[in-house]
Parts: sequence; structure tokens; C-alpha cells
Amino acid sequence: MPILELKNVSKSFGQLKVTDDVSFSVPEGQALGIIGPNGAGKSTLFNLITGNILSDAGSIAFQDRDVTRVPAMQRCFAGVGRSFQIPQPFDNLTVFENLLVAAMHGRNQSQKEVQQACAQILEQTELLPVANKPAAGLSLLQRKRLEMARALATDPKLLLLDEIAGGLTDAECVALIDTIKSVHARGVTIIWIEHVLHALTSVVERLLVLDFGKVIGIGAPDEIMNRQDVREIYLGIEV
Amino acid sequence: MRTDTHTPPFVVSTHTRASQIAAVLAVALVAVLIFLPFFAGRGLIQDMFFILTMLVLAQFWNLLAGYGGMVSIGQQAFVGMGAYAMFGGVILAGMDPIPAILLGGLAAVIVAIPTAFFAFRLQGPYFAIGTWVIAEVMRLSMAQVKALGGGTGTSLPRSATREMWATDWIATVFDVRNSAARDILTYWLALALAAATIAAIYALLRSKPGLALSAVRDNPEAAKSVGVDAGRMKWFVFLTSAFGTGLAGALIYVQKARISPDAAFSVTDWTAYVLFIVIIGGIGTIEGPIIGVIVFFLLQSLLADYGSWYLFTLGIIGIVVMLVAPRGLWGLITDKTGIQLFPVRRRLSGGALDT
Ligand SMILES: Nc1ncnc2c1ncn2[C@@H]1O[C@H](COP(=O)(O)OP(=O)(O)OP(=O)(O)O)[C@@H](O)[C@H]1O
Ligand SMILES: [Mg+2]
Repeated sequence: MPILELKNVSKSFGQLKVTDDVSFSVPEGQALGIIGPNGAGKSTLFNLITGNILSDAGSIAFQDRDVTRVPAMQRCFAGVGRSFQIPQPFDNLTVFENLLVAAMHGRNQSQKEVQQACAQILEQTELLPVANKPAAGLSLLQRKRLEMARALATDPKLLLLDEIAGGLTDAECVALIDTIKSVHARGVTIIWIEHVLHALTSVVERLLVLDFGKVIGIGAPDEIMNRQDVREIYLGIEV
Repeated sequence: MRTDTHTPPFVVSTHTRASQIAAVLAVALVAVLIFLPFFAGRGLIQDMFFILTMLVLAQFWNLLAGYGGMVSIGQQAFVGMGAYAMFGGVILAGMDPIPAILLGGLAAVIVAIPTAFFAFRLQGPYFAIGTWVIAEVMRLSMAQVKALGGGTGTSLPRSATREMWATDWIATVFDVRNSAARDILTYWLALALAAATIAAIYALLRSKPGLALSAVRDNPEAAKSVGVDAGRMKWFVFLTSAFGTGLAGALIYVQKARISPDAAFSVTDWTAYVLFIVIIGGIGTIEGPIIGVIVFFLLQSLLADYGSWYLFTLGIIGIVVMLVAPRGLWGLITDKTGIQLFPVRRRLSGGALDT
């Protein structure tokens, strides 16, 4: 059973068609990678799945429920968690409070019920030392970690990660991959947009290529990466 | 000694040492203020009434703008409607002015609902101007209500003020005239309202919706994505702020006993001064409006004889503080000392943090 299914989804910003008749589905428990050049419409696709923006046409189903017009908040309740490509922390809250608010509201539980879980996520994402620091004072690396940690705090069934590996050192990248793998091992479905291909392919089971808003390929990673048209799009970005 | 193999659980705390001392001092302060009429003259009681009611207005504007991110310049709408509803209850329905104060809160909420439907469609400066326009519409409408004095206004009937709840008793106990007894009564009510307001806002900020409020203010889009109902938070804050402002407005006009549309819907008295108080004290903190109202009162006493220079000076001071200390006087104090009297931070400790 697919956990997520998009059918003929389109979105334009003015004249620019950023999502062009996109259809694909993700089976429950799978890790799907999304690649494509800058401006291909990858982040927009996430915004459509989470409800941060609404599509012009087509339908989106999450766990067999039509969520095409459902607001972002309710999609979070249903189990959609996301990170933002450009980190969007709650600046005046501490790192721990960023997770608390996500866990309490996303899961609709009390602070007592979620605080241990939040602390453990901080531990897992290596944010514990800055737990009591306001998010405004974080480095870019810490902000990216916070994006993932906060998404995890909502206890998602589907986790959307948008370019969280860029600019990491090798060691940091290994740690990140470990974290994502352990989340995946718990049965969480993952969709991961990433330019750092070796990190992506070490986790995902399937790869989707987006170009000018269109899906130009979806399938096993090595199969996709060997295709001539994909290699042309990715010329310069070495595999 | 027993050895534990697993790490201790994490602990979350909100109190600080300063806040515990502050809590004790706050209770003591309220107790002292309750007994103030026993040893203070009528002038001081009236000044305290002014300070306390301005503090309530400032706390509610701060809730709206500082925590809710809704910078309104139309709070006079709720002061005015609250005050007029109280007058209506007394003059048209023959109520006692004291219970009619509740009518003021209620009326403010009722007019706040359509106001919100309109104003929530507007962003930033348009929201601010929209709220002001609505307040002006209300002022002009009230000027048409002949039964409540129309454009020139009216006074509370003699009979109503003389027989007001508890004034006889206060007049006897304190051995004062009826009008002084009324000042004492309204002072006590202002004290109760201010204490309840601060306690309620503090409790809100420490609660689950309080955390959501900060999240929405910092980043509405991200807040929605983690399941925060940003729209409901806006409504809640707007209506709560209107309710409190309406109560304060009604109480202020019980004490004044005379109303006119121009005074009750005055943008200077009920919004400009309130903004000044919150901004110089420190927006987005509970301590800020408390400091701000004291500074405002001192300035007003000092500059009372200078007429229009007074407003001019307030404006200059407001601008200077905004430039030099954007987080207000309380911001300066916390930066220097780290003191927080009303801490809301949920601090994590224990677990791996202790090792
Ligand atoms: N809210 C918006 N309004 C107008 N144009 C937008 C908006 N969001 C995105 N776009 C445009 O849509 C196109 C696709 O943007 P999107 O962020 O989805 O690309 P992307 O594949 O995530 O790129 P990148 O790899 O750089 O993150 C870009 O040309 C972008 O400028
Ligand atoms: Mg992007």
C-alpha cells in the first residue's frame, strides 16, 4: 500500500510552471531520494506534499486519504513531518523548546509525555549541548540538525528532508547518514532531496529525478544514475 | 553505594532562583497594596488607579503585539465599547456599575469578532491602520446613540454612583465621603484586575498554547508544519486581549463616572500611551509593561505643566529608547544582570547533560 500518492499534480508561480503533471507513489517504509538541478522544483514538491502551498491541479493522497486541500497543520497530525531547506527555527525559543512545541502540538500530547522523547532526539542529533540555547544563536550546521530534530519530534510516519547534508564534513555526514538510517529502520517512510549523491544513495532504495518540474525518471538508484539523460542533467555534479 | 547502570532521566524546569524570590515579593506587594487605602490619601489612590489600569491595558496590548505579533493601534475600540456597555447597563438596564463592568468585557469580545474577521485579512501596517479605522467607526457610531448622550456624552446617574456596591461599607470603615469610597473601591478592583491579568498571562505563556504563541510569532509557516494551529492562536489572543481591555475600559469609566465618544475612543489615551509604556519598558516581556508604566507615570507627573511639549517629549523618549535599547529598559536590565522575574524558558537538565 502506498503511504503517499501524487496524481497529475501541477503548480505554477505566475508564468513559471514549477510542478508539471507530477505523478508518483511511495510505498510505506521506503526511502526515496529526489535529485534534480537547482530550480527544478524539488522544494516546491515538498511544499505541495506538506500543504505549505496548495496545488493548482491534481491530487495528493496520504495513507489513502485525499489531502490535496488539507492545511499543513492537519497533514502534520496525519503524520507528515518536514525539514526546510532554508532552516526555519523558532528563533526566540531554545533548541529544546523548538522540539517541545513540535512534539506537543504535532502529537497532541502534554509536555510531560514528550519531554523525554525530545531530549533523546536531541541526543541522537547531537544537539544536546546546545539544548538550552536560543535557536537564533545556532551555526548553520546546528540549524540543519535542528530542522531534522524538530521534524522527528512530531513523530512522523513520512519524513521529508530537504538538503540537509550540504556543507558537512565527512565525519558529520557519516553521523547524519547513521541517524537517517536508524529513523528509517524504525519503519518511517523517508523522502530525501539531496545534492550530496553518495550520502543519498547510501540510504535510499529508489531515486526520482526532477527537471523543469517534470518527473523524468524514477527507479532503482544505480539504474537511474546510469541513464544517459540523467547524466547529462547532472553533468558537472559527479557521482 | 548503589550503582545505576542507566543514565538518570532528563528534567525540565521553568523556575529560577530570582523568579521564586520574585513570586514571594509579588504576593507581599499585592498584600501591601490591598491595605494601601488604610494609610494613603485620596490623591495617591487615584494615581495608583491610573497606574494599575494603564498596566492592564499595556499587558493586553503586549499580549496582542508582543506575543501575538498583531500590532494594533485600535485598542481604544475595546476601551470605548467596554465603557459604553457599562454605561448602557447602568443607564438603560438599571444595573449596578460594578457588575456592569463584566458587560464591558463581554461587549468588547462581541465587537472584536467582526473586527477580527476584517482585520485578519490585513497584514502589517494595513492591520494596524485597519484596527484604527474600525475604532473610529465605533466612535462615530456611539456618537449617534442619543440614549447614551450622543456626541457630547453623559454621566453615570447620581443614584447609581451613590448606591454602588460596597461603597457604603467602605465609607463607614474608612470614615470618608461617598466619592472617596468609590475611589477606594475602584482602586481595589484595578488591583485585582492587574494581578489577575499578570497571573493569567504568565500562566498562558508557560502553558502549551503559550509555547505555540512564541512559535507562531517567530515563524508562522514552520509553526503550521509542526501542528500548531496558528489561526486559532491569533483568534484566542485577539479576543482575550479585547476582553481584558474592555474590562479595563469599563472600570476606568466607573471611576471617571462621565463618558464621551471622543474620550472613550481616544487613540492617544488608550493606544499611544499604552504603546509608549510597552515599548520603553520592553515588548514581549511581562516585566516590560510594569517598568514602562512606572516610567510613564513619573514622566507624566514631571511634564504635566508643559502641555503639548509633554507629548513631544514622550515621542522623543520613545524613539530614543527604540534606537538605543530596542528591547526596552527591561531588556537592558536582563542583559546586564540576567535576572528574569517571570521566566518562561523550559530548561532541560539531567540525563546525559549532567555527565
Ligand atoms: N513562492 C514562490 N513564488 C515564486 N516563485 C517560486 C516560489 N517558490 C519557488 N519559486 C520558483 O520555482 C522554481 C523552483 O523552485 P524550488 O525551490 O522548488 O527548486 P529546487 O528544485 O528546490 O531548487 P534548489 O535545488 O535550488 O533548492 C524556482 O525558479 C523558484 O524561483
Ligand atoms: Mg530546494
